Amino acid sequence: MKADTHFAFFDEGSKKEIRRAVLHAVAIPGYQVPFASREMPIARGWGTGGLQITLSIIGREDVLKVIDQGADESVNAVSIKKLVQDTTGVLTTESTQDASVIQSRHRIPEVPLTKEQILVLQVPMPEPLRPVEASEYQTKRLHAEDEYSGAWLLLFEQIMKYGRTATDADHPVVVNDRYLMAPSPIPRFDNPKMHQSEALILLGAGREKKIYAVPPYTDVTSLAFDDYPFTVESFEGKRCRLCGAEDVFMDELIDEENGETVYQCNDTSYCLERLNQQAKAEVEKEHV
Amino acid sequence: MGYVAVKGGTKAIEASKKRLKYERLKDGEIIEIKTILSSMKALVDQVMSEASFYSPFLAALAIKQAEGSMEEAVFLMRAHRSTLPRLYYSQTVETESMFVKRRISASFKDIPGGQMLGATYDYTHRLLDFELAKENTVDNHQWLQAYKQELQDVSREDDIQYFPKVVDYLREEGLFEEYEDDNTSPMDITKESIQFPTPRSARLQTLTRGQTGAVTSLGYASLRGYGQVHPTVGEVRVGDLPIYVDHPTENNENAEDNDFYIGEITVSEVESFVPVSIKNDRHDEELEFEIGYGVCYGQNETKAIAMSILDQCLEHPEFDFPTHSEEFVLLHIDSVESTGFISHLKLPHYVTFQSKLDSIRQVKKGATSNES
Repeated sequence: MKADTHFAFFDEGSKKEIRRAVLHAVAIPGYQVPFASREMPIARGWGTGGLQITLSIIGREDVLKVIDQGADESVNAVSIKKLVQDTTGVLTTESTQDASVIQSRHRIPEVPLTKEQILVLQVPMPEPLRPVEASEYQTKRLHAEDEYSGAWLLLFEQIMKYGRTATDADHPVVVNDRYLMAPSPIPRFDNPKMHQSEALILLGAGREKKIYAVPPYTDVTSLAFDDYPFTVESFEGKRCRLCGAEDVFMDELIDEENGETVYQCNDTSYCLERLNQQAKAEVEKEHV
Repeated sequence: MGYVAVKGGTKAIEASKKRLKYERLKDGEIIEIKTILSSMKALVDQVMSEASFYSPFLAALAIKQAEGSMEEAVFLMRAHRSTLPRLYYSQTVETESMFVKRRISASFKDIPGGQMLGATYDYTHRLLDFELAKENTVDNHQWLQAYKQELQDVSREDDIQYFPKVVDYLREEGLFEEYEDDNTSPMDITKESIQFPTPRSARLQTLTRGQTGAVTSLGYASLRGYGQVHPTVGEVRVGDLPIYVDHPTENNENAEDNDFYIGEITVSEVESFVPVSIKNDRHDEELEFEIGYGVCYGQNETKAIAMSILDQCLEHPEFDFPTHSEEFVLLHIDSVESTGFISHLKLPHYVTFQSKLDSIRQVKKGATSNES
């Protein structure tokens, strides 16, 4: 007795509710819209916020790409992609250009996104002020009053302690000169990709029951002081051992044979595409 | 032919699912849903309560599928709940109309209507019964026959007796304040996310679907010293409640004729009496009782009592204990949320860890260059 689920898992009432929250979020860039997050067939904290957005906006003609930490073949990405495909029958792809909806955890793809695409980011902790204020009631007020001293102090304290800012992923950003926003745990390397992005970026936190958005062509600046400017992770002098790419976010690996540290593109589909292009160019050269 | 991505994930997941199925099937035994329904009532009740989804059959199915794991069974039920359209709200249920199976008071020996022990583990000695290892249906059948024979000698009441609430008796004495019925529609926490400060309806809903262990330990913490609530259990009752919904279209004067009975639910209900000091008209301190309320699906009295303590705690946020903080209590007792977020730590964190490594390396580099 296996009951057939509705298109895209949810009943239509739930989808409408979530879409309304999405529209609300787009109208107020960076503002966290509370919504009645549904329990999903995958666990809370495993991308249910992103999944709920994806399922409520997806249509039959959409093409879906899901990435987890840069990889299409990561177990959780595979699991989410399979769930969406099983309940909708939409086409899936690994190529960033071919996708109309891209759900991602902790990365923005290396290939610039276009206005035809929607990026859905999974968010574990949507509240950028949580490290300085535990209470939701208080942080909501701080946002309303544009009171972000706590976030600045956090950076200031790092400078006092370590001589530089020491944030890692999820470095807070200011959206449209108004709301302080957690960009989700993307590396700092990806923060600038949010600025004036052509694609709509939707962020969903299922467990914390919040949806927020960066609409296309919106200013997004990473929080930093003038004399201690924002910096991204450094991969200076490093090249991808497979495709030779530079200026991308790399995974650090240990070569099993000689124990040396090697690097390769974290965005697996980007790397693959470059490899295929190189192979094609080589073939063409040889057969001229 | 160009390069293709390493197809590690898909294959690994498929193999893992197969292995899971193998582990469930390998001993060749099948547990029937009806076996779970009739022999694991407490488990079924607890799953329904934490899932906030009343369906014994589906709960038993979830228990079977989850191989008895509480968190998995609750998770399955909650996820299924998300696929169901919500069409009606039931009418307000008056618990005075409960078909009581068990009812006790720790406050008074003689309560109007009397104490009724019903079925409880409370006074059993927790000694393993090795006889059960060789239990058989023939003996059980005989036992049942004998039990029914005994019952025949007990005289029957012709009318169903409804028990008055213990608190009504105390209200008459003026020890409890009389409150007007609050008929504002409760907030539905499954349709809107809770905002702080919360209305009591949102708090009660969150508490009643809380994980039994979490609700119990926070209630215990409050009782033991990390809280200001020391209740006496006024009344614990377990029984069945009829559920009615309005006619979806007709809404006339004879509303009661148009009500639809849609079934009944078994619940545990607790009213705890908590002394609080209040200022009277002359600004003198005076003691009065307030009620902590606990209710949950099925028979789960510990959870309902713990809930009644936490309800009363959250009514008094002025005390500086975590058990009196609604954000602390309400945001951390949900089974699906806590188990989900804890288990997400098993997901890869390569990118974030790489970012952390970079940050630490940069700080170290900075430190050495500063010293030199």
